[in-house]
Amino acid sequence: MNQSEFIKTTNTFKDRMFRLAKRLLVSTEEAEDATQEVLVRLWNNRNKLENYSSVEALAITITKNYCLDQLKSKRATEMRIVHSNYTDGGTGLQKQAEDRDSITWVEKIMNTLPEQQKIIMQMRDVEQYEFEEIAKMMDMNETAVRVALSRARKVIREELTKKHSYGIESN
Amino acid sequence: MELRVIEKLLEKYFNATASIAEERALKEYFSSPGVAPHLEQYRPLFQYFDREAGQTFEKSIPLKRKKRPVAWLSAAAGFVLLSGLFTIYNREPEYAGDLGTYNDPDIAFQETQKALNMLSDKVNVGISGVAYLGEYENSKNKIFKDDKK
Repeated sequence: MNQSEFIKTTNTFKDRMFRLAKRLLVSTEEAEDATQEVLVRLWNNRNKLENYSSVEALAITITKNYCLDQLKSKRATEMRIVHSNYTDGGTGLQKQAEDRDSITWVEKIMNTLPEQQKIIMQMRDVEQYEFEEIAKMMDMNETAVRVALSRARKVIREELTKKHSYGIESN
Repeated sequence: MELRVIEKLLEKYFNATASIAEERALKEYFSSPGVAPHLEQYRPLFQYFDREAGQTFEKSIPLKRKKRPVAWLSAAAGFVLLSGLFTIYNREPEYAGDLGTYNDPDIAFQETQKALNMLSDKVNVGISGVAYLGEYENSKNKIFKDDKK
């Protein structure tokens, strides 16, 4: 696989890699770095890519594992940055104003989900992968994927319902 | 789309049994203006997914920059290793030449004896130093024997 072929192949899914990385790492810069790193790894192993039935599935799987590793080492060395911004609801005027934006609210709820559910929701609801593909990338069976996804969606439904009926005073 | 159908799809959605096409239909419904009031709360959810799907990765892929230093490094390491080995193997005969040798066995014997004598002299210096310790040993034995009696 030469360079132009490689770029052509990865162009079809590099945005998806980036969005998954951002889902997990939250910060745009870190997500960009992670995406670059994984793409370089793929490029360095370009000779082996032909052995995989789907380069995209491989790339997404590597991205997922890479980001989880990043999170693990980050948590081992410093305090938890990832969720700390979202645990505290309803303090400060600016915060309340921000909370009124209901789309941002969805993001905040999603950020509180366990990593596995986050990843599966990202794959299904944003990227619209089939369950079969998700199961392969997550190394789970399809039923387990459905269960995790349903659980995640229901948590979000519950939070949204709360939010909807109590307005901005929830939490 | 009929409201009852949407409600059913929503139910399937939350149980994670909806197909991709059904989920797409839901997204479409919630992005249209006429969302039923009691379903209004789900609108941000589907809008959020749409918004997220629009993000793109704009940075370049540094394929060349990362590849070159690795090739360079291995070449440099190989060179250093080879030149190191080269100098080591080339030096050994030089040292052997410096030491010299004797052609006549008698002279060789004498020289060897000289060298061994010198060595034993040095060793004896050490031994004479230790000899003093014998005195201590003697007096210690005397004292302890006296003590016991």
